[in-house]
Amino acid sequence: MTTLRKPARWERVVWPLVAFAVSLLLWAWLVRWTGTKVFPSPLEVGRGILELSRKHVLWIDIVDSLRRVLIGFSAAALLGIPLGLFLGWYPAVNQTVNPVLQILRPISPLAWIPVAILLLGVGDHAATFLIFLGAFFPIVVACIDGVGSVPLVYRRAGGNFGLSNAALLRRVVFPSALPRILVGLRIALGIAWLVVVAAEMVAVDSGLGYLVIDSRNSGKRYDLVIAAMLLIGIIGLMLDLLFRSLERVRSVRWGFRHDG
Amino acid sequence: MDSTTQQVAARTALHATGISMAFERNGEISDVLSNIDLDVEEGEFICLLGPSGCGKSTLLNILAGFLTPTKGQVEIGGEIVRGPDPRRIFVFQERGVFPWLTVEGNIAFGLGALSREERQRRVTHYIGLVGLKGFEKSYPSELSGGMKQRVEVARALAVDPDMLMLDEPFGALDSITRLTMRKELLRVWEAERKTVLFVTHDIEEAVQLADRVVVMSARPGTIQTIVTIDIPHPRDISSPRYLELRDGIFRQIGIAQQI
Repeated sequence: MTTLRKPARWERVVWPLVAFAVSLLLWAWLVRWTGTKVFPSPLEVGRGILELSRKHVLWIDIVDSLRRVLIGFSAAALLGIPLGLFLGWYPAVNQTVNPVLQILRPISPLAWIPVAILLLGVGDHAATFLIFLGAFFPIVVACIDGVGSVPLVYRRAGGNFGLSNAALLRRVVFPSALPRILVGLRIALGIAWLVVVAAEMVAVDSGLGYLVIDSRNSGKRYDLVIAAMLLIGIIGLMLDLLFRSLERVRSVRWGFRHDG
Repeated sequence: MDSTTQQVAARTALHATGISMAFERNGEISDVLSNIDLDVEEGEFICLLGPSGCGKSTLLNILAGFLTPTKGQVEIGGEIVRGPDPRRIFVFQERGVFPWLTVEGNIAFGLGALSREERQRRVTHYIGLVGLKGFEKSYPSELSGGMKQRVEVARALAVDPDMLMLDEPFGALDSITRLTMRKELLRVWEAERKTVLFVTHDIEEAVQLADRVVVMSARPGTIQTIVTIDIPHPRDISSPRYLELRDGIFRQIGIAQQI
């Protein structure tokens, strides 16, 4: 098999399924081989997922997690995109603010948990705030970067047609930066989904993160713990795929590589 | 004075005096252009010709208002140039086409102030003029280099400017497409009679297109000579007069016509 050859349609479906099946077999074998009493086998986890899906509370947990991500992520986008565009547009302001951004950016949202609870109390607001923090910085940085990388010819062409600064930003700079902004949003959404699970373990009593910690605390149900983890993975993948479908919109498609 | 003489007397479209340009690079000042005077008449096709690095592109950017010269000033239509203006449109190589807009969207880009019908009329007209009928809804990434270049020219013409400024517009195209595009540009120029300033490093291209060829020398860029090409269009590029003018410019630039 050469790397240049494009895989056939069936290959793109079958091989990932094979890899998935092999992982399950390896997992099952490891559980049997080590003779562990605490770690569940794939079969037990499968039963766990069925058990969870029959309970009404699983759907409430999923909806709660998605709602928190949606609110935190949207707030981050709503504030982060204009701020990032502004900073990208005025490099002098960016240079002034950049050190502050660069210090805040590497702080894990999890480190904010005590502060979030102190300020907002235990509850939804704290969780949403943590998601907001996790998503905010990648969005701002992507927008600054996006505006900075708009080719000079586009700006000049726009200016040549007599556009005002506001029109130049709206009609040239923003659409030109949009592919990079979308990449930033996608990364931010991934981080938001990571953070929601952690936030729900400490700040609230619903959601998939709470499901993980609650399954352990109330009766050491590790089959349900792993089942919840798998669900988190699957939903995260679906969110990412959903977001990636935006890259196929024709007015941004030029900024992405597509294979077929 | 009667009206006939007024009509016959060509009007000056562009009047540049004493243009000098210096850039600072690594703490050293390098002179790119030195004391350039240039007058261009309305409807005239001018080629700025010179080796790469002679500052011809910088000169065009100054004339367009994108750069401010260190010394001297440019007047267009009697007004001093202080910045870019929709009355003179700069055509970059095909790189200036906006990839997020369709062919239609690109050509309509500068027409925001017009009514919907007028905008549509102009877009249709210029799509036809540059031969892109059927590609209205295509995105630039689906077009060839030559087609993208046509989009840029159409986008420029659509706002009905007095002047077109083209910076090596066909430089990135293959030689066959380049020949076709020259023909197309001449056809469009004859139809619309805009003043054209055309930067090129290709001697043949300059002699085929221009009314006058402004030959520049390098470091710092100055105008070495201006050659009037007194051959009517369409030009026979094997005629003795064509060869004479072309060879004259070859000699001016100081290169032999033998390989």
